[in-house]
Amino acid sequence: MAEAATPLGRLEVAVQPRRRRRTIPWARLVLGVFSALVLLYLVAPVLIVIPMSFSAAKYLSFPPPGLSLQWYENFFARSDWTSATIQSIRVAFMVMVLSTVLGVAASLALVRASFPGKEIVNLIIVSPLVVPAIIVAIAVYGLYVQFRLVQTFWGLVLAHTVLAIPYVIVNVSATLRGFDIRLEQAARSLGANGWQTFRHVTLPLISPGIFAGAVFAFIASFDELIVALFIAGARGRTLPMRMFEGLRMEIDPTIAAVSSMLITFSVLVLASAELVRRRSQVE
Amino acid sequence: MTTGDALVRAAYQGSALSRRLELRRQLGYLALLLPALILLLVLFVYPILRLLVTSIYDGGQLTLEHYRRIVEVDLYLRVLRTTFTIALQVTLLCLALGYPLAYFLATLRARTARLLMILVLIPFWTSILVRTYAWMVLLQRQGVFNRWLLELGLIDEPLRMMYNRIGVLVGMTHVLLPFMVLPTYAVMRGIDRNLLRAAANLGASPLQSFLRVFLPLSLPGVAAGSLLVFILALGFFITPALMGGRNDMMIAQLIETQIRTQLNFAFAAALATVLLVVTLIIFAIYNRLLGLDKMFGGGV
Repeated sequence: MAEAATPLGRLEVAVQPRRRRRTIPWARLVLGVFSALVLLYLVAPVLIVIPMSFSAAKYLSFPPPGLSLQWYENFFARSDWTSATIQSIRVAFMVMVLSTVLGVAASLALVRASFPGKEIVNLIIVSPLVVPAIIVAIAVYGLYVQFRLVQTFWGLVLAHTVLAIPYVIVNVSATLRGFDIRLEQAARSLGANGWQTFRHVTLPLISPGIFAGAVFAFIASFDELIVALFIAGARGRTLPMRMFEGLRMEIDPTIAAVSSMLITFSVLVLASAELVRRRSQVE
Repeated sequence: MTTGDALVRAAYQGSALSRRLELRRQLGYLALLLPALILLLVLFVYPILRLLVTSIYDGGQLTLEHYRRIVEVDLYLRVLRTTFTIALQVTLLCLALGYPLAYFLATLRARTARLLMILVLIPFWTSILVRTYAWMVLLQRQGVFNRWLLELGLIDEPLRMMYNRIGVLVGMTHVLLPFMVLPTYAVMRGIDRNLLRAAANLGASPLQSFLRVFLPLSLPGVAAGSLLVFILALGFFITPALMGGRNDMMIAQLIETQIRTQLNFAFAAALATVLLVVTLIIFAIYNRLLGLDKMFGGGV
């Protein structure tokens, strides 16, 4: 051990065996078992839903008596499920694009510039993350009724963008703070203009943060139910709305198929976000 | 003119220029901020302010009628009480499950802990509807748990675990637990282990060094997690709507029914204001104690 030469390092070496003798194995065992159970509780739904979705039974049973793809077939055959899914993807995609563009621009300002009232602006920007969705839903609903934006595609996109922007800003700001501004200064001194500097220097370096922010923005809109319930309307029904109906009426096993696809989707998306982050760290 | 003079003058001109450039730069940044800020002002701040006004300004005059109704009508008061009780119960459950888990993860090697953390993050990024569905499958009358318990002969008739408080607590704790584990774990990781060794060296038993050194140092994480869980629990809608019984109605559900079935916007606005004020007070406490930057930048 390299630190062994310093007084503190020697102390550390000397204390180590005694500390080990003092730990109580059974306490550690109890803690480990308890933690394993809590982790099981956390992943149990995922472990249950995926096998259920391949069930050959017509009713709920676990473990499934046989395997079949009937619930997936049901999902793809029924237009109320597919049209809701397509609607959700359309909305979430537009929300992702809008909130990423607006969020990246705003992050640059929030990290780089200092101006009076910055504290308040910061507060406004993070508050959609803590203000309960039901409040945003009825507030926006009240406004939209007046301006006839209820049940419109863009009305929903804009409302979801408000909820998604904070995710982009939090992620992009975090990468911007770790960014060496001298790289931009170097580019400028070599004759690049503002846009060129941003396009060829800043953007590639903060892209992991942008990617993560965009992913979170997409998921934030794709999973959102409460605001959509108020302003989407029956014709613009989103997937969460369709699922909510399904869960309120009967517990339709088609939802197991939908859920499994959603779980797979979010795991893939998160894994790719993590990969992008890691690759950028290696470089 | 000496070279020194020229240098001084060049430096002076340079600084005037750079000051002007700096101002332009700052204005440029402000222009970048505006689109997002305007969107938030128009579609978030303004509608909420309008909501507050609607709740006190009805029929052309100021009135506290709607607030009086909340306090005077038994049903509404009960919903408020239920909301607080459930939020508190969920926070305590998250603490009871989350603290030991975070502690255990913090004692593991960083690599192992990161791998196990995936198990915390997967549900975190899974749709609440998906998770609620799973709990309904597990907990309902003909559900997985009841079948297993019946087959094992532990019970004679199915237990009621859904459409009551148990269902609400199981479902909500599941959704909110990661919000407790992540900040608590982040703070625990940052605690200097040498402090515990020092305590042991000075004769403290493991329990003493935990209670008097580790526990106090982990409190900022606990406070962050608890406040966050409590705030988020107050506004819950999906889980109580799908898994709760008639006595588990929370304020968000009441607001929804007031608008969708009673069409009573002003009264819903008053309820929303109550929820908003409570949320913002806790948010302010959080900000005072821990700073907003810790809220979402941390482990997520």
